[in-house]
Amino acid sequence: MQKYSGFGLFKHSLSHHENWQRVWRNPTPKKKYDVIIIGGGGHGLATAYYLAKEHGITNVAVLEKGHLGGGNACRNTTIVRSNYLWDESAALYEHSMQLWEGLAQELNYNVMFSQRGCYHTCHTLQDMRSNERLVAANRLQGIDNEMVDAEQLQKEIPTMDCSKNARYPIMGASVQRRAGNARHDAVAWGFARAADALGVDLIQNCEVIDMEISDGKITGVKTKQYGVLKADRVGCVVAGNSGVLAKMAGFELPVESHPLQALVSEPIKPFLDTVVMSNHVHGYMSQSDKGDLVIGAGIDGWVGYGQRGSYGIIEHTIQAIVEMFPCTSRVRMNRQWGGIVDACPDASPIISETPIKNLFFNCGWGTGGFKGTPGSGNLFAHTLADGKPHPIAEPFSIQRFHTGALIDEHGAAGVAH
Amino acid sequence: MLHIYCPHCAEYREEDEFHCAGQAHIARPLDPEACSDQEWGEYLFFRKNPRGLHHELWVHAAGCRKFFNMTRDTQSYEIKEVYKIGEQPSVVAE
Amino acid sequence: MTQQNRLTSGGRIDRSTPLTFTYNGKQYKGFKGDTLASAMLANGIDVVARSFKYSRPRGIVACGAEEPNAVLQLGATEATQVPNVRATQQELFDGLVSASTNGWPSVDTDVMGMIGKVGGNMMPPGFYYKTFMFPESLWDTYESMIRKAAGIGRAPRERDPDTYDAVNQHCDVMIVGAGPAGLAAALTAARGGARVIIADEQNEFGGSLLNSTEQLDGKPAAEWVRAVVEELSTFDDVMLLPRSTVNGYHDHNFLTIHERRTDHLADIAPVNTVRQRIHRVRAKWVVLATGAHERPLVYANNDVPGCMITGAVSAYINRYGVVPGNELVVMTTNDYGYQAALDWADAGRKVVAIVDTREAAVGDRTEAARQRGLNIISGSAVIEVQGTKRVTSVSVAGLSSSGTKVIGSVTKLKADTVATSGGWSPVIHLSCHTGSRPVWSDSVVGFLPGPTVQKQLTAGGINGQYETATALQEGLDAGQKALAEVGLAAADVVLPDVKTLKVAAPMSLFHIPHIKPTSQAPKQFVDYQTDVTAAGIEIACREGFEAIEHVKRYTAMGFGTDQGKLGNINGMAVAAKALNKSIPETGTTVFRPNYTPIAFGAVIGRNCGALFEPERYTAMHKWHVEQGAMFEDVGQWKRPWYYPQKGESMQQSLNRECMAVRNSVGILDASTLGKIDIQGKDAREFLGRVYSNAWAKLAIGKCRYGLMCGEDGMVFDDGVTACLGENHFVMTTTTGGAAHVYEWLEIYHQTEWPELEVYFNTVTDHWSTATITGPNSRKLLEELTDFDVSNDNFRYMDWKQITVAGVPARVFRISFTGELSFEINVQANYGMAVWEQLIEAGAKYGLTPYGTETMHILRAEKGFIIAGQDTDGSVHPYDLGMGWCVSNQKPFSYIGKRGMNRSDCTRANRKQLVGLKTKDPKQVIPEGSAAVLDPKGPKPLEIQGHISSSYWSETLGHSIAMGFIKGGLDKMGETVYYPMADGTVIEAEICSPIFFDPKGERQNV
Repeated sequence: MQKYSGFGLFKHSLSHHENWQRVWRNPTPKKKYDVIIIGGGGHGLATAYYLAKEHGITNVAVLEKGHLGGGNACRNTTIVRSNYLWDESAALYEHSMQLWEGLAQELNYNVMFSQRGCYHTCHTLQDMRSNERLVAANRLQGIDNEMVDAEQLQKEIPTMDCSKNARYPIMGASVQRRAGNARHDAVAWGFARAADALGVDLIQNCEVIDMEISDGKITGVKTKQYGVLKADRVGCVVAGNSGVLAKMAGFELPVESHPLQALVSEPIKPFLDTVVMSNHVHGYMSQSDKGDLVIGAGIDGWVGYGQRGSYGIIEHTIQAIVEMFPCTSRVRMNRQWGGIVDACPDASPIISETPIKNLFFNCGWGTGGFKGTPGSGNLFAHTLADGKPHPIAEPFSIQRFHTGALIDEHGAAGVAH
Repeated sequence: MLHIYCPHCAEYREEDEFHCAGQAHIARPLDPEACSDQEWGEYLFFRKNPRGLHHELWVHAAGCRKFFNMTRDTQSYEIKEVYKIGEQPSVVAE
Repeated sequence: MTQQNRLTSGGRIDRSTPLTFTYNGKQYKGFKGDTLASAMLANGIDVVARSFKYSRPRGIVACGAEEPNAVLQLGATEATQVPNVRATQQELFDGLVSASTNGWPSVDTDVMGMIGKVGGNMMPPGFYYKTFMFPESLWDTYESMIRKAAGIGRAPRERDPDTYDAVNQHCDVMIVGAGPAGLAAALTAARGGARVIIADEQNEFGGSLLNSTEQLDGKPAAEWVRAVVEELSTFDDVMLLPRSTVNGYHDHNFLTIHERRTDHLADIAPVNTVRQRIHRVRAKWVVLATGAHERPLVYANNDVPGCMITGAVSAYINRYGVVPGNELVVMTTNDYGYQAALDWADAGRKVVAIVDTREAAVGDRTEAARQRGLNIISGSAVIEVQGTKRVTSVSVAGLSSSGTKVIGSVTKLKADTVATSGGWSPVIHLSCHTGSRPVWSDSVVGFLPGPTVQKQLTAGGINGQYETATALQEGLDAGQKALAEVGLAAADVVLPDVKTLKVAAPMSLFHIPHIKPTSQAPKQFVDYQTDVTAAGIEIACREGFEAIEHVKRYTAMGFGTDQGKLGNINGMAVAAKALNKSIPETGTTVFRPNYTPIAFGAVIGRNCGALFEPERYTAMHKWHVEQGAMFEDVGQWKRPWYYPQKGESMQQSLNRECMAVRNSVGILDASTLGKIDIQGKDAREFLGRVYSNAWAKLAIGKCRYGLMCGEDGMVFDDGVTACLGENHFVMTTTTGGAAHVYEWLEIYHQTEWPELEVYFNTVTDHWSTATITGPNSRKLLEELTDFDVSNDNFRYMDWKQITVAGVPARVFRISFTGELSFEINVQANYGMAVWEQLIEAGAKYGLTPYGTETMHILRAEKGFIIAGQDTDGSVHPYDLGMGWCVSNQKPFSYIGKRGMNRSDCTRANRKQLVGLKTKDPKQVIPEGSAAVLDPKGPKPLEIQGHISSSYWSETLGHSIAMGFIKGGLDKMGETVYYPMADGTVIEAEICSPIFFDPKGERQNV
């Protein structure tokens, strides 16, 4: 793999940047792989990378229906944090957080992970209680999280309205200072480049149209472009399309795919140097390195695969933002878009075996999958390598929806992705 | 923004007035005690979630407050038909 | 200052109304009818911005929504600042204050420009992914530098003084765009009797006709436009919306129109006027007549001020009377480009050359230019321009017939303006918003609207039809089609006579080759605002970013505020060439709302501040306010939280309120609790199914507490339900849960058990509730009623229909404090009167109003839960130690029964609700604190549970808490630890959550 650095840039500038290597190959698929990963998004590519790097399994193909990182990986609002409530989720997201720290160096690709902090604002006594509970739990889980009062908050975020005049005045906030943002596309590309360098075949424009299953065991997948590709194990990491793939394998999932919308303002000069989210007024915002205010909120209430939702959500979201940041009223909204999020009833993901032997699913990340990217890939790689889940992933089985051992993160997740 | 015909009000209304209550035609088991944990879990949580035609339960929440079913394409968002509770769809998802 | 580029006559400006405006602190003059851009050009302002990455000087390129460079800061005061205003779309008004946004010390002399020149080579696309990684610790520093350089304009730091609103509209036909096609469609639909809305982003209707010298029926086009607009305004059912951009086309023919009502008057709206308005339109049919945007050609140094598109040059001359230069070179791949040269020559300035990339194209416009004696250089191209802050000369060279190579020698021509036309791109944006994929047309050399499920028609430029006669005909046809579709008869419309000019075939050319390879030629810009060059796109492709979305994201093409209106197709063409593919094979990116940016304020309309979510008040709200109550937000309700008296701390108020209840009597406004009236012969059966406990035997006149669970067995609400008659009950819910419970009841009735005869009605607002509680509450009640309220006649858990304070009341003898209590429910409009009489009569008992906080303390002393505070969706009744509230004898498997018997719900060691007594009785454990068994153990520590409710109990003289502990019900007397943020640890003993009056004697007296 060609190493990237400032010096490299300088060197290449002398040859007019004509000699940069390809970031990844464009291989023709082999007939048989040890592991096939369906889905070339962030999670799938991370899975492939860790399979190769940590488990030495390099006879791996990632099959992507479109282009790499072209789904939710490039549509999310790039928030990374690990302040989840329950021990199980805290362990999962903190595992991911620790991989984020140092990821740019590990991949030799600047994913621009920026630990600018993430605030959950509290507007009611119930909000305060929930956040105090979260902070207390995180402290014991070894995760940084602290409460700040409204006065302190006003100092830390000068553009926010922390006065008592708001409809739902901000009473305080919890803040995880290690949280922040990363550059979403770069994460997918960085993992793709590193996986490719370790020998993983990244097959774009390759759509899986059926699964080869006999005696309750998967032996390969049927693709539209290349026919049947055999594999010992298959991992399905297709987010919003999980239901479609599960149907091919003959089962249903405790997952529904909903539109999740987001929007950006035009780029403006530095306005907000952190991430702010409010479950109560229902919106969240950060500012990208380019200057766009990146804004999002809740999902549309119905199943939708159209990568677009209803305008009402946009209206409510911007109302929430202007409530918190009245000075944004004259700032202008540039563009909106939508992703398809696969939401579980307990707002926690599934990293699990399935009713089909050797077929594994990693899905249900709902509105918060981006932050999980490295952790999810790392744990799922373990599952695919060993044929059984990593201890951190164990509680996130499909089984929990039968036993009732749900990991209900609605309180901690809510609108807060 | 969906434009929804309420079969009870017999009028088109804005989506703002409605609320989707999830997949339609999921009957509560008549004898819950006879269900295994697995069966109960399937009833509670497991869903078809199709890309394409889907039967959904909706309520005219800010209108007549009545529930009804809708057959909708989850890809194009076209509404194929609405029908009352207890009625069967004429356009059927696979 | 003189307007050196202003013509003495012509155009649609009003020379009798001069206007003064400020740009970068200097005053200039313009005229009414100008845009800010036309006025700037009239005054000879060349540099309007510095580019994002390389800090290169940039000038005005276009005249409409596609302008990428002239993006300015507007506003005379701090509060009225507007960032990123496109000068080409901002009408000039007197006193307008504008400024460029980048460049230091000024946009004209910018230091960063030097760095851009030197370092630009080090900044290929995606360079930031390849560097700033070492050392890891410096990334924060690098990034803060990157962030400082980011952004265009700035947000104001004061509140917006303007107001906005939204209007819902319904129509038969929504016509987007009021050019020839849109006007013809509107006229047809209107005459046919349809309800029509026609919107156009410009200040006046006419579209392309405003910019041209074309004749309709032998008269200037503007006269036809005026006649049509006049006729349209006579129809009651036709709405004309100028200055209104249709920004989003959503599913089921829902469109949003952004109308700018006052932005042309001042930077603050006149009094009592909304600045901007959103029309939320539901249209039966939509006609998109959005026209087309001209594409510039991509050539070396094509961003030097003075480089424009040909249509803009014509528009500035014909519409604004401004010639944006002296010596013009036109480069075109098509006939339309010639028009700029003709208009320029008509304006009396010098046309240096028309460089046509085609060999010997013959059309009516080319011949007109030839007849005028203009210098036409065929089969050639402008391969490079020279100049920094303004074009000084151009290099022209011959092209190979495919347009891929430079052939022959290079000639330099002196010029200050280069107008290029690479053809036109239909404005298909709206048609893509609902998920329709555009399709490439080789003959149009552009993307056309693709198949759609929307009820959508298209006419004119959007179809690649650029001749006025064709556009008019297509508009008429669309109007007739729409009429037929909505069930109206065809209208009688005769179109004006327009000369159709002969047009030679355009050449499909986007990127002009240079004598050097693209990677070594001077920068050839594709997307000005994001500084994306042809070389950059080639690098991206070489590196393997082959999908057009990859190219776009890697280079940032199309990510500007113009969203690539000018550059995207050129970028796709460059990528296609680099990848050896056709443009349709390379694919297009997806257009999404908004078409052009909208102020947040406009999107939210009135729904901000107090109207963000309207506040709900009880009938006694005014009294609470007068008493100086502090309020708590519960749902949308404002509830009194506590009533501080002068000089009291919050804790002192609470202590006083609590003691008043325990020692005498207190009063609480409990009106906000949800109340649902339930009737029907199966009402009782229904209650048995939705509550976990038994209801079969609840007698008329009795009340009962119930727990409500989901099918998963988890508690989600609770409350008291009273039996009013054999078939009549009234259910109370938590304040915040009322709406959810109501829908819950309805869904089960309507979808699962329609055979049960039962009816629900929400009656929360019908009633006002005053709860009097404490040992003296009976005495107080006696003063206001003749009814015998003695313990013998009015038992605990009874309710009575009696007269209180002269009005009919439902009085419930139930207790949430553990004291003798009466909840007095009266018709809401009597609420205040009854409350005031209670207060008056209660004075002698020291009747004390108390709020939600005291209510919480008093109930916690009794171990009563609050759903939502002591439950979180993960606890069932047994976890709460409330097995007494579950009936397993009921024949029907009530909601929650099966769920709470799943294997995980019956396992040992579940978190269970218990009481917690601190070792130090003065210490109050903060709510939310987490329990551990060994506070000194290594992290992560296993959390045993959390504190859900915790207070100082003045009654008991020690702190009390309720919380969850794994297996807690079996661990009475054991110790758990609560580590605090400051490192201290609070030690507490597990106990019963009932701290006060465990036998419940006080409420029974």
